[in-house]
Amino acid sequence: MSESPYLRAALPSRRDFLAAAAGGVALAGLGAPVRAQAVRTAAKIVIVGAGAGGTGIANRLAERLEGATITIVDGRKDHWYQPGFTLIAAGLKPAGYSVSSTGGWLPRSVNWVEEYAANIDPVAQTVTTAGGTKLDYDYLIVAAGLTLNWGGVQGFDLAQVGKDGIGAVYAGPDYAEATWRAMDAFTDTGGTALFSRPATEMKCAGAPLKYAFITDDYLRRKGTRDKSQVIYAAHNKALFSVPIVNEKLKLLFRDRGVDVRYDHVLKGIDPTARTATFTIPASQAIKDGAITDTPATEQTIAYDFINVIPPMTAPKVVQESGLSWADKWVGQGWIEVDQSTLRHLRYPNVFGIGDINGVPKGKTAASVKWHIPVVEDHLVAALQGKEGTEVFNGYTSCPMITRIGRAMLIEFDYQDNLVPSFPGVIAPLEELWISWLMKETALKPTYNAMLRGKA
Amino acid sequence: MKHLTLETLIAVWEEMFGRGLFWLMTGVAVVVTVAYVFVLLRDRHMSMRKFLLAQLSMPFGAIAAVLFVQGITSSGFRDIGGPVDVLVLLAVAAAGAIGLAILVYTAQSLLRKQD
Ligand SMILES: Cc1cc2nc3c(=O)[nH]c(=O)nc-3n(C[C@H](O)[C@H](O)[C@H](O)COP(=O)(O)OP(=O)(O)OC[C@H]3O[C@@H](n4cnc5c(N)ncnc54)[C@H](O)[C@@H]3O)c2cc1C
Repeated sequence: MSESPYLRAALPSRRDFLAAAAGGVALAGLGAPVRAQAVRTAAKIVIVGAGAGGTGIANRLAERLEGATITIVDGRKDHWYQPGFTLIAAGLKPAGYSVSSTGGWLPRSVNWVEEYAANIDPVAQTVTTAGGTKLDYDYLIVAAGLTLNWGGVQGFDLAQVGKDGIGAVYAGPDYAEATWRAMDAFTDTGGTALFSRPATEMKCAGAPLKYAFITDDYLRRKGTRDKSQVIYAAHNKALFSVPIVNEKLKLLFRDRGVDVRYDHVLKGIDPTARTATFTIPASQAIKDGAITDTPATEQTIAYDFINVIPPMTAPKVVQESGLSWADKWVGQGWIEVDQSTLRHLRYPNVFGIGDINGVPKGKTAASVKWHIPVVEDHLVAALQGKEGTEVFNGYTSCPMITRIGRAMLIEFDYQDNLVPSFPGVIAPLEELWISWLMKETALKPTYNAMLRGKA
Repeated sequence: MKHLTLETLIAVWEEMFGRGLFWLMTGVAVVVTVAYVFVLLRDRHMSMRKFLLAQLSMPFGAIAAVLFVQGITSSGFRDIGGPVDVLVLLAVAAAGAIGLAILVYTAQSLLRKQD
């Protein structure tokens, strides 16, 4: 068999899952991993953020290092398994499915400061918490995720979620559950369902599309699809940034009768009138040698159900830290890391994991799984005065649910290559039951194993 | 850790079922397998009568396994989307059929006198 790097490296758990289904007996022969000897160091390492990335790397470093002082800073007591929000908002899981306790995942040897970071100073090499505690570091790992800027959608208030046809799957487990109540009530009667995505970078760019598919499916199951209109407002001229996936999604939306509006950026909603206003940016076209300028306009669309997804940026503390790109993603604040090593380009003792990274792809938990070993490798090598060798290739994965019971296992890299974990077995652009089974049963265990530093 | 090891596999399984349930199921599977081997060695042959009943139980095991998987994953036969899905369905059915057959055979051998 040819040695595809993806087959070897991509989400092992998916293969684990297949192997599990197949009996997995032969795998016993693989034996235990060769455990690297613990590296002795007196380094002070601070991790900002104890979400998917922060927790995973804390466990890896606790295992790899001996004598290091590892401190993780995060004021959130609950850990959220965010990929589960989609299943909660689909009425398949309760809100509790995504909630666990942050402390439960952290190793004892890691010191958890239960406060948010208020200041990061990469020159002085300090992190100051909201309570004023100053933490010195030799190495800093930024894993603070991203901020959902609800204020960026005029007229919207989180208190409205679940009422008057307003949903907000991204807002949290309880809001996802409230969104399900609104969507369930809407699909009972039918009407106009409106979906969109922000114009900023966002986590799991597939999630807005998935929720449109799921809502369409419920309308069909309940026999109300004929009376309904499903509108998807894309922020630019595509549904998805990877061209081949975009084409497939266009076909599927056509098949489902989804009405797609391009170049629509959500500006605000009017909950009483049940309308949403979109900005359509100015454009220029050349026809028969003549240039026509179309100025920016606004478009108002009426809805009976809407899933609001706000603009996303780096958390304030990161934006103010001087770690962000100055000339890319201006105003969004993603940190200036090398896209292969995830090491900061100006402060080599700073690394980024997860959504916070200013790289062209990879704001998914599946990417975090690939970020962790890369950062672990380069950081541990640095502690030994060496250079690391691991490379992040942009791996991003998105199980695109196309209805309850089917999904497409879409995996790609920086170059927009499709990088299927099971080439020739699970076609990435086919709606399959097996892909759904993985999303439903194997992804959370894999995620949890990643948190524990075991996958 | 990006490489597939038995440890990763076990970690994922533990998370999937919960540590207790996973090891309990593993324990039950081991006990049934050992018991099966034990009765084969003890009886020195396969009893065709017991095997017949075991075989008759197979369709039930197959159907139960498929319905179980569909039940816990909120899906159904209409979701079969391609050849690989059919293979998965057959694998689940086969696992259920063989598992139940071994269980039925072993149970008969342990409970009933040798015939
Ligand atoms: C609806 C939805 C569906 C998704 N679906 C998928 C999917 O199907 N597949 C997939 O792979 N990914 C999916 N994702 C994306 C995935 O959840 C994220 O990419 C992943 O959690 C990123 O990990 P992270 O560690 O960067 O951030 P997070 O896991 O969000 O953690 C960030 C942590 O930083 C903390 N923090 C924030 N500010 C501060 C501060 N000032 N000081 C200290 N700590 C701070 C937060 O409290 C939080 O605990 C989905 C996300 C959503 C919302």
